[in-house]
Amino acid sequence: MPGTPESENPVITMSFSVEGRDFKASGEPSRRIKRTLEQIGLDWSVVRRASVVFYEAEMNIVIHARRGTLRAEISPGRVVMVAEDEGPGIPDVALAMREGFSTAPAEIREMGFGAGMGLPNIKKHSDSMEIETEVGKGTRVVAVINVPRAGGAKTRGG
Amino acid sequence: MGRYFHSVTLDRDKCKGCTNCIKRCPTEAIRVREGKAVIFEERCVDCGECIRACPNHAKSALTDKLDRLSEFDYTVALPAPSFYGQFRRTSTPEAVLRALLAVGFDDVHEVASAASAVAYAVRTYIRRGEYKKPLISSACPAVVRLIQVRFPSLLDHIVPIESPMEIAARFAKEAASRKTGLPAGRIGAFFISPCAAKVTAAKQPVGRSTSAVDGVLSMSEIYGLAVKHLRDPYEGPDLQVAAASGIRWGRAGGENAEVGTGELLAVDGIHHVIVVLGEIEKGRLADVDFLEAQACVGGCIGGPLVPENPFVARANIKAMADMVGDRPVPLEPGELDRYYDSGVFFMENRIPPRPVMQLDDDVAVAMLKVELLEKTVNDLPNLDCGSCGSPTCRALAEDIVRGLALETDCVFKLRERVRDLAAEMKELAEKVPPSMEQPNPRQSANAATEAEGA
Repeated sequence: MPGTPESENPVITMSFSVEGRDFKASGEPSRRIKRTLEQIGLDWSVVRRASVVFYEAEMNIVIHARRGTLRAEISPGRVVMVAEDEGPGIPDVALAMREGFSTAPAEIREMGFGAGMGLPNIKKHSDSMEIETEVGKGTRVVAVINVPRAGGAKTRGG
Repeated sequence: MGRYFHSVTLDRDKCKGCTNCIKRCPTEAIRVREGKAVIFEERCVDCGECIRACPNHAKSALTDKLDRLSEFDYTVALPAPSFYGQFRRTSTPEAVLRALLAVGFDDVHEVASAASAVAYAVRTYIRRGEYKKPLISSACPAVVRLIQVRFPSLLDHIVPIESPMEIAARFAKEAASRKTGLPAGRIGAFFISPCAAKVTAAKQPVGRSTSAVDGVLSMSEIYGLAVKHLRDPYEGPDLQVAAASGIRWGRAGGENAEVGTGELLAVDGIHHVIVVLGEIEKGRLADVDFLEAQACVGGCIGGPLVPENPFVARANIKAMADMVGDRPVPLEPGELDRYYDSGVFFMENRIPPRPVMQLDDDVAVAMLKVELLEKTVNDLPNLDCGSCGSPTCRALAEDIVRGLALETDCVFKLRERVRDLAAEMKELAEKVPPSMEQPNPRQSANAATEAEGA
């Protein structure tokens, strides 16, 4: 498809609202995003990393916030995850980034969630991550996963 | 035969074109076209769900026939552990194996015995090796193929050790060759299978180029022949050597019980397997060392080619295993270590992915198709009725963007179009050229009055 560079770099945006404590519906947005990434045919390593990033971000909203949105911005070169919530915010981001540190209530830990790996996992599986947070208001997490520029049919042209 | 061999096949005459199989297929591999089910071969994992789902018995598994035994000078039956589960406690594991000789085999080699060896190899691999947690069992070929098709990013979690069936065939041929002096090529190893997936695994293995298994026979068929010979007189050495722990592989949980090392998780039923694999893909369950995953509910005793129902079979397996008792596994640890180090347990090749989800080879085109797909899904009724021949509205939308279906394949869409067209036709039917217009009596009367008034 010949065209301007812009038309060769389309972006697909998917947005889902996520309710706090709704464990029944949780996982569905991440699953839908993962399926779309597979349909686009991005590298499996990207799909795998993105699955972890979106899922952890979604669960963070479910576990900690009142409500929020999970958004995916997908382009051939990168996948951007944006998670915004209305919730308690994070008083100490450095502490929250530490593996195993968790403020999840006991009943949630009982369910096997809230192991204090959410934010560390997002960081580990993305190429860059930013957190903006305000105590008592909410949190916005943006993570970027770059698609490796490997050879092969998927990255033809350019 | 196309690029993929499949054991699961369709009897076109029996197929009524209903929606039972398309709804149950875990990889959305079936469509109804021209009144008959059609399988997309690149998507099919031979799990056998459709065989179970079909009310008309139109789906079946292609298996070898017993007359293939005549192709070899010496034949060995390889009964799957689930085979013992087909017999009530009035029989014994030894009697079951003897009955197989009466059916026409020259020898019997229990897959249960190879299962114990495989468990030893997996244990050793867990203890010695560097691996990605969790390791996923390679024993169920439908699960391995499901991972190729739907979870390619988990392929490197599959333990690179061959299945008990494959190991049994090799051990059996080695032993038979020693016993008879025949070359391995003249010895036929026949697996007695609970499922279609094992047929495919023998005809088109994924971890190696060729399988040591020469033929795969349906357990139901062999059961029917063997059951008559359970009380036949027999003179000869005892055939039954496998340990109880190997026999228990026939049902869900048996494999994990014998692996017995580390944090273990077991899942059975392909739709449940999908849920657990999805969890692993999301990064959960990283604390698990080994996952036993079986496509059939209840494990191999729940296979589509098994005559007994899985609940009775589970009780039978327990009874048979208890009869055998806790004897040691047939191979000595030293011998097993030698085998392990020689590499016989390991697959030759990496298992390749079979990605089928991608809408186009070109990422940019695929992205356009994704957008079109989402728009198309929103326009469909999302009742997932299946009348179009695709399992869900979303699957139909995928088929439409792939160019395999039309929006009017949807009966609701078609009806909408017909209604709009009918309305348009009615409107057109009422239109008449002015030259042919009939004077409206009232209007013309009014016009006359007006003319008079003027």
